[in-house]
Amino acid sequence: MTKRTVQFKIYRYDPDKDEKPYMQDISVELEPSDKKLLDALVRLRAKDDSMSFRRSCREGVCGSDAMNINGKNGLACLTDVDSLQQPITLRPLPGLPVIRDLIVDMTQFFKQYHSIKPYLVNNDPPPERERLQSPEDREELNGLYECILCACCSTSCPSFWWNPDKFVGPAGLLAAYRFLADTRDQDTGARLDNLEDPYRLFRCHTIMNCVDVCPKGLNPTRAIGKIKDMMVRRAI
Amino acid sequence: MNVAKRTFDAVIVGAGGAGLRAALQLSEAGLKTAVLTKVFPTRSHTVAAQGGVAASLGNSTEDNWHWHMYDTVKGSDWLGDQDAIEFMCKKANEVVIELEHYGMPFDRTDNGKIYQRPFGGHSMNYGQAPVMRSCAAADRTGHAMLHALYQRNVRANTQFFVEWMALDLIRDADGDVLGVTAMEMETGEVSIFHAKATIFATGGAGRIYYSSTNAFINTGDGVGMAARAGIPLEDMEFWQFHPTGVAGAGVLITEGVRGEGGILRNAQGERFMERYAPNLKDLASRDVVSRAMTTEINEGRGCGPDKDHVLLDITHLAPDTIMKRLPGIREIAIQFAGVDPIKAPIPVVPTCHYQMGGIPTNYKGQVVVPKDGNPNSPVAGFYAAGECACASVHGANRLGTNSLLDLLVFGKSAGETVVEDFQSGQLKLKPLPADAADVSLARLARLDGQTNGESVFDVGLEMRRTMQKHAGVFRFDNLLKEGVQKIGEVAERAKRTEIKDKSKVWNVARMEALELDNLIEVARATMVSAEARKESRGAHVRDDAPDTAENPNGRDDANWLKHTLWYSEGDRLDYKPVNLKPLSDDVEPIALAKRTY
Repeated sequence: MTKRTVQFKIYRYDPDKDEKPYMQDISVELEPSDKKLLDALVRLRAKDDSMSFRRSCREGVCGSDAMNINGKNGLACLTDVDSLQQPITLRPLPGLPVIRDLIVDMTQFFKQYHSIKPYLVNNDPPPERERLQSPEDREELNGLYECILCACCSTSCPSFWWNPDKFVGPAGLLAAYRFLADTRDQDTGARLDNLEDPYRLFRCHTIMNCVDVCPKGLNPTRAIGKIKDMMVRRAI
Repeated sequence: MNVAKRTFDAVIVGAGGAGLRAALQLSEAGLKTAVLTKVFPTRSHTVAAQGGVAASLGNSTEDNWHWHMYDTVKGSDWLGDQDAIEFMCKKANEVVIELEHYGMPFDRTDNGKIYQRPFGGHSMNYGQAPVMRSCAAADRTGHAMLHALYQRNVRANTQFFVEWMALDLIRDADGDVLGVTAMEMETGEVSIFHAKATIFATGGAGRIYYSSTNAFINTGDGVGMAARAGIPLEDMEFWQFHPTGVAGAGVLITEGVRGEGGILRNAQGERFMERYAPNLKDLASRDVVSRAMTTEINEGRGCGPDKDHVLLDITHLAPDTIMKRLPGIREIAIQFAGVDPIKAPIPVVPTCHYQMGGIPTNYKGQVVVPKDGNPNSPVAGFYAAGECACASVHGANRLGTNSLLDLLVFGKSAGETVVEDFQSGQLKLKPLPADAADVSLARLARLDGQTNGESVFDVGLEMRRTMQKHAGVFRFDNLLKEGVQKIGEVAERAKRTEIKDKSKVWNVARMEALELDNLIEVARATMVSAEARKESRGAHVRDDAPDTAENPNGRDDANWLKHTLWYSEGDRLDYKPVNLKPLSDDVEPIALAKRTY
């Protein structure tokens, strides 16, 4: 890769000084080693230190730098900057209140995650050694436990946009199924009760934006389908 | 500025593995606890650990804690304290089993037990052959662990202050610790967190180097705060360079890749580790492998057009094994190296990874400093665990998978000690000094008022380049001497950084400037301590301390079998003895010997 200049159009808003948000046109020269969108944003920050966004691991496991990139949610650290059409348009994740620039208030997102009781429930006295689980049973958790809580999915979901307080959203439901699918968990009944409601689970209309945007290649829609199956099986 | 005061039984700074494990202990005991974290807990850098956590469960090969202890002492090049190492290795099974009970999705053996894989430097029967000791969840062990610990804390109703950055440690005239000052990112407001006990679990500072596997947030905040408050830092010359960072990008490729059968090759395709470590080969200790790789590159056997890296080859493994045991690595290789490891080897170079030194503690998690002739006198109210602390279990070189174990064992231990001290009535809420927040407010006022200063980005870059050049895998007397002077100059420049952004709301520039203050403490400690240590030991290898009959591997036990203590004020150095005596009579001291693999 060589040096090249990249054009951006970035959502800016600092409540401390801006009356309202605006889109800023800005360009930056990238070094040959700058490959990912996050590299470009770090380069931009060296030029304008007021450009605000979250970031940490820069390798797609911490879930900090989710944003809306040319209209689609994704992680800046896993997006090749040269693959993007210019000007690269960056906005905060849709549907959540903006704190500043590309930083959103994720309170509602985490509230929904917490609402599904995201922890293993097993009321048997803990054995001296590990609880046994067959490799096949453990495999049921693949595609579920890898979620990094970046919120790309929930904030691309129209059902979540409309009812962020009532619909758990794809990330929370993926986590709910992660515990329903765990052979060590004993709380299946209560977990299903917790979701048996016109909104919490059933507002998923299988639009599948969540699957389309997940940077980890996970499939919340499938997990939601499996919870619905469990509901049906329980009812008959 | 108006400074709010909040009062707690205990305040924990940091919500990675160590902070979350300590928090659990406190929450479940009913202590009123605040956990401050500058990122949402699951974004902490524990999340990036890949290969596993050590415990001698013996699920696939025979194993016991004596062998684990021997490997750890040997790995530390005898600089680790044997009481703390015994404590850690003995507790390993307990804390790993607890984690499984919390719901951690470990991989499984055919009979349903926790899956274990071989790892560098871990052996059976005192160095004879590789052992399967690393308990793994695919190659995402840290992610699975951090989420399980966070989830358990949700269950325990732990009170988090998310996106609060701790600024300074509060000590009174007696030197006792009374809490911290902290800034809420969303509002820029500063608060005092006044507590009977303060636990630091703030992680490492790998971002002092130019090429690092570490996250942006790994800026040594706790270590910097402690140093500024007069606490010495222990063994800061010892930094682990992980053998396999992706060339150019720095992103980590787990040692678990070699545990699953991966091989390092030079430009001739040779498995060069056979020459350096005939017994454990590619699974020798990390310092040994990183030096071997650097030697191969320095002697012209590096790969690529610039001959600047070696190759990590797993093309001989079954694609199924790669997909099942190393799926995350495959993603990383495709994303950051542009190769699918099923088809082509991954270009790798030694990359700064882990801080062996830190805030001096004992095995109970109490911070200890020299006082009245006792080299290990506890500081009242102050505890530390995880990478920011130096217990010291890793000594001069950490074994892979012992870091996740460290944060579990000592996170729990620090938590238990606080609970005991609290319940025995030993912990008092001492009155805050009138100037408790003054240092922090002055730092913030300086930043807000600074004109004609340098950018944080530029000064930070100079620091990282200086560390990379002057305190790397191999160390040279002249470079270290020059490095001490250069890092001193960078530290002066850091006092005059200027930020253009003055907003109160989520001001990243301000955060990065404050982080640089912490990084600078760590960089100075590292350079000064490294320059002074005139021997080779573990990860600290000098050209003027070569392998001789008198000093095997350049290690000089007669003069340097001791811990470094660096004080920020005046770059003063002090030393204290290594504890060569185990905690109990269950085990004999591991006798000094030459380290070979």
